[in-house]
Amino acid sequence: MKSKKLLLPSLSFLLALFVSGLLVAFTDAQVLALKNNPLSMISKAISTAGNAYWALFRGSIFDPQLAESRFWEGFYPLSETLVAASPLILTGLSVALAFRAGLFNIGAQGQFIAGAIGASWVGFTFELPVVLHAILAILAALLFAGIYGGFVGLLKARTGAHEVIVTIMLNYVAGYFLLWLLGTTAFLRLGRQDPLAPEVRESARLPHLFGPELRANFGFIIALVAAAVIWWLLNRSTWGFRYRAVGANASASRTAGISVARVTTSVMFIAGALAGLGGAVQVLGSEYAMTSGIGGSFGFDAITVALLGRATPVGTVFAALLFGALRAGGLTMQSSTETPLDLVLVIQALVVLFIAAPALVKAIFRLRNVDSSQTIASKGWNG
Amino acid sequence: MSALEVVSLSAPERRRKRGIITMGILGAFALAVFGLLPKSGEPVTYSFVLGNEWIFVKEWIVNSKTGSLCFSIVSLLAVLLASLQFKARKTSRFATGLFGTTFLMSFLCWAAAGKFIPFTGLLQGALLLSVPLIFGAMAGVLSERSGVINIAIEGQLLAGAFMSGVIASLTQNTWAGLIIAPFAGMAIAWLLAVFAIKYGIDQVVLGFVLNVLVIGLTGFLYKKLLIPYQSTWNAGGTFTPIEIPVLAKIPVIGPIFFAQSIIVYLMYVVVIVIHVALFKSKWGLRTRSVGEHPTAAESVGIDVNRVRFRNVLIAGAVAGLGGAFFTLGAVGAFSKEMTAGKGFIALAALIFGRWSPLGAVAAALIFGFADNLQGVLTITGTPIPSEFMLMAPYIATIIAVSGFVGRVRAPAADGIPYKRGGGSH
Repeated sequence: MKSKKLLLPSLSFLLALFVSGLLVAFTDAQVLALKNNPLSMISKAISTAGNAYWALFRGSIFDPQLAESRFWEGFYPLSETLVAASPLILTGLSVALAFRAGLFNIGAQGQFIAGAIGASWVGFTFELPVVLHAILAILAALLFAGIYGGFVGLLKARTGAHEVIVTIMLNYVAGYFLLWLLGTTAFLRLGRQDPLAPEVRESARLPHLFGPELRANFGFIIALVAAAVIWWLLNRSTWGFRYRAVGANASASRTAGISVARVTTSVMFIAGALAGLGGAVQVLGSEYAMTSGIGGSFGFDAITVALLGRATPVGTVFAALLFGALRAGGLTMQSSTETPLDLVLVIQALVVLFIAAPALVKAIFRLRNVDSSQTIASKGWNG
Repeated sequence: MSALEVVSLSAPERRRKRGIITMGILGAFALAVFGLLPKSGEPVTYSFVLGNEWIFVKEWIVNSKTGSLCFSIVSLLAVLLASLQFKARKTSRFATGLFGTTFLMSFLCWAAAGKFIPFTGLLQGALLLSVPLIFGAMAGVLSERSGVINIAIEGQLLAGAFMSGVIASLTQNTWAGLIIAPFAGMAIAWLLAVFAIKYGIDQVVLGFVLNVLVIGLTGFLYKKLLIPYQSTWNAGGTFTPIEIPVLAKIPVIGPIFFAQSIIVYLMYVVVIVIHVALFKSKWGLRTRSVGEHPTAAESVGIDVNRVRFRNVLIAGAVAGLGGAFFTLGAVGAFSKEMTAGKGFIALAALIFGRWSPLGAVAAALIFGFADNLQGVLTITGTPIPSEFMLMAPYIATIIAVSGFVGRVRAPAADGIPYKRGGGSH
């Protein structure tokens, strides 16, 4: 049974790679130049797509060139995968948790930025002892982002304002607020005019996991712990039961005496805090200084991660590792084969699309009896 | 007001009351901050002439403090009117509109103290910025009124922008670009329709993924083809504005509405056709019935999923056409993610406008106005940092959605897949 559970995602991933490979090959000038000679065109197409994917693999998992002196050094790119995956795990958990309670959190982007602001501000302003400083910076991120997310839940509970609209709007608000903040004297780096915050102090930075050469840091451990906590919360605690009950049927839960308003507010608070923790990990673990682009595309990626992970904590961790690898490898792919990084977005979207449409994948591979229950169902506008 | 009276209010009435209270607070705020707080006023110049229209009033110069005071007092009177109408159980649409206008004017007088405001240009730019929002919101109306949530508006706009730009460039013909744009939007809508209606996949999730797919695809092709071979792939032109004789000469209104490109005129047609068809035609009745109560619709012989499929495709075509505005209507060349979240703002306009075509248009116009006002004030310089001006429309939306609109009601079956034989679950 276990292997069958993984069959569908694996096939979806292969299918997505295949379709994207076609895209890479048949937009290549050298391939298109051979259109009078079908056989050599096909072989050129295969080698073009192959080169791109080989670069993707080298940038994310194993690079033989690095393994020449010592074999294990070939795995250095894995460090970049972990760095890219850590914030994805946390933002993905944020979206996944909200999903389970029947809420669609599009606001991970804004909450991520709120967390990054909190962590960065504490990180560069205060002078504190080593461990304490990092903990306080993380707490600030949790608080800022938690309030930012909780506000959405409160608004929904009190006035019925739909969380999708409010979170979309708050993403823009957070982005512009960050832009403004980076122009203020408090956040301007000495001697610089461009929007770049000061670096966080050494004492607030997360320690590296595998020595100073590799960027993999303690943020990954934080992300795994967070996933474990959310797993416990959802599956073993009373509150988690309430969350899932409201997610399954809000009106029945209300009849059963669960305060839907309290659930909505607290879920959005925790979801916000998780996304903000992602921002903290990004700032304290790998970036150190906040720029106007610190939010990147984490809000979007978080949703695809949660969807691929079927809104479970364990699934989210694996989905984030996969997308983190794509992201890390995508950079190598872009620099060494001139294949635009945007291909990664195409692969991500296709994977999620194929997984969401099990009927399609089953039809293509002529499968039967594969577990394909749909676990994620948002509530629409009236939910 | 006694406690008994408060209890007797129904939920929509409570919400209306809250809306009026919000307006009152905002009006008082305007009176205090814009009208009373500044120590002295400076002249504000509003210019009403843009091109070669007939001149009615050339410009209007007003002292900023006097202007703010007068407008904020009128806005408070509008609140009073609204509350009187509320007590008399009448609708207060006019009073709300009056409040909105005077509140904004009060703000504008304060923010532009000592400055020059091209009033007609401000409104013309506002209309242009709301064009893609209106197309997007209309796409939302078409598909959501029939019961399919359309989060993929952003992707449909972007696909329309991309294809119209590329085709216009390859053929060196802007008309060819305009004709292909609806089909690009329709292609994305087709994916939405197949997966949502045939396979019954969650529509919010699906629409979201389609957006990511289009952003990735267009971004990929942009870097791979449009940048290296710019002169062949990304050198489409733009439509020149067409002045409608006589109408374009009307002061203020003429240059705003009747000296625009073909896409804007198409937008007028689309809005009017959708509004009339939705409420007056057989198609409209069927659309609304499958969106509200598909089981009942099927019982009288309507093929629910067929109606939905067709509507989603038409919606995609409308959004794709709107996408053409980004390239052919504005800058000519395509650039990466050039829709910049406009599809999501269109979605907000749709909800803000309560899923009605004209409501959505009004909301889109407000968003467009706020966007352009910020742009104009950033250039002239204001007491407020430009980032906060940029935030204003989004904060206003949150206030509106939570205060004025409250628990909006989508079409009852919106987002719920339908299986034949009453199997909606």
